[in-house]
Amino acid sequence: MTALAKQPPQLVRTRPLMTLNGISKTYDDVTALDDVSAQVYPGEVLGIVGESGSGKSTFLRLMNLQETPDSGSYHLDLPDLPDNLFTLDRFERRMLCARQIGIVYQNPHEGLLMTHSSSGNVAERLLIAGERRFHVLREKAQSALEASEFPIPRMDAPPIELSGGMQQRVQLAKAIALEPAVLLLDEPTTGLDVSVQALVLDTLKRLQQERRITMVLVSHDLGVIRTMADRVMVMRRGQVVEDGLVDQVFQDPQHAYTQQLVHAKL
Amino acid sequence: MTLASLTENWKAFSYGFLDASAKREMRRKMIKAVAVPGCQMPYASREVPIARGWGTGGLQVTLTLLNKASVVKVIDQGADDSVNAASIRRFLTRVSGAEATWDTLDATLIQSRHRVPEEKLRSDQILILQVPNPEPLRPVEPNMSVARQMHADADYGRLWLTLYEQIVRSGRIMQGAAYPSMVNRRHVMAPSPIPRWDVPKLNMAEHLTILSAGREKRIYAVPPHTSVEPLVFDDVPYKVEDHGHLTCIRSGLKGFFMNEIPQEDGTAAHEVSDSHLGIKAIDRTSGEQVEFGETWYKDGEMQQ
Repeated sequence: MTALAKQPPQLVRTRPLMTLNGISKTYDDVTALDDVSAQVYPGEVLGIVGESGSGKSTFLRLMNLQETPDSGSYHLDLPDLPDNLFTLDRFERRMLCARQIGIVYQNPHEGLLMTHSSSGNVAERLLIAGERRFHVLREKAQSALEASEFPIPRMDAPPIELSGGMQQRVQLAKAIALEPAVLLLDEPTTGLDVSVQALVLDTLKRLQQERRITMVLVSHDLGVIRTMADRVMVMRRGQVVEDGLVDQVFQDPQHAYTQQLVHAKL
Repeated sequence: MTLASLTENWKAFSYGFLDASAKREMRRKMIKAVAVPGCQMPYASREVPIARGWGTGGLQVTLTLLNKASVVKVIDQGADDSVNAASIRRFLTRVSGAEATWDTLDATLIQSRHRVPEEKLRSDQILILQVPNPEPLRPVEPNMSVARQMHADADYGRLWLTLYEQIVRSGRIMQGAAYPSMVNRRHVMAPSPIPRWDVPKLNMAEHLTILSAGREKRIYAVPPHTSVEPLVFDDVPYKVEDHGHLTCIRSGLKGFFMNEIPQEDGTAAHEVSDSHLGIKAIDRTSGEQVEFGETWYKDGEMQQ
């Protein structure tokens, strides 16, 4: 028997990368999330849809450890992390997010320093992670911008001088610069015209296919979710009303609210 | 025998303008600042008879440390004879009885605005730097609460980013004075608006440096033998001002930090910024016996 034959067969990993359990969050007397749970598997794109105020962005902010819920737990299946990431302190959260969780906001002003250079915006993430070599910062920033299909001759232009689509590409480059385990996308194409939306989605799709990045995509646009996501979660008033494979949910919606959404949009 | 004859004559408890409680506040905060090098300590900054922003922070520290045995030197941009330095020096000697000097070697307390003397300071000397803006994070984070959190987390990425931006835009680091520096490998401080030339003088020095901002009510310190490292990229070395080759037109000194004096014909002449070092050099040339201390820089190169 050869040494190769002695090795156990390679199994497809079936443990979820992200597990959020029983998340509830209230702001004063407004319930933003009510006992929401989700699992995201490695390499998967989870879409979250829902009307404004349904809690989808709050859920994403919790995934990015920007907030702490009233109850619930959050686990990332990566080495040396606690069972519940909400127990991490501010510093630990910042370091974890810098290295393992990338985020692209709907509004580039939230994610970018608009008057710094585009390459500097990408470099900031690398600096937080401890990179102190100028030439390495330049190379890595350029490489991330290239991967986001950003025109390299403009890499030192500040985002304030760029179009909305280009600003989103800078955000994307910043988010993927350290090859995070998870990429969170909060309405990344909202506000862009349709042709630019398509270009940004193509870039996201290519990145996802090439790098198998696990993504969570929040959008109120069912077309975007259908293009990008493998599974979809439909949220309403802080609760998940339906979830499943994208085709299944969109072709055969079970919940009345999902039916209403699908019929309104498609 | 009367009670009066058994007791000492009344003596003013406070000398040096500040009352006892003000000095106690200063002492406590100075001790804290020394205990956590480079960390800004808030303090109750008192009124002193000069305007905020004219060295009230430094003055309060000096007044607290001052006694009759002290020898005080006050410099402003390297000069002992500027109006502000002269006024502060006169005030200090008047309220304390301390002796004043222009010579760095004789001083026990040196209050300075924007310069560290060129002669090496000893362990029995204290350098007090006046600071206008103590917060190095202010240009990148205007919210003070957030800036404090950033210090707590040693989150200095934005400062590095500022340096990155300067290299990208100008091809070199443009930060002149108040170059952000890491103290004791923990806190980044603004070393007051001393030029880049002076920052290495604070690193592992024999003397204690106290930096105080009266208007901003913050005090911080670099104790002796404490590391002070300017923030630099691993592959872009720290550079001081290119003054090593310049010669002072008045004293003939070479290899020290110079003031530029524009000339009628469009050229520039230079004179040594540490004015008393220049005076000593002139005196020596005219045949006087003058004692020179060891200098931090020799032939324009910092001595380790």
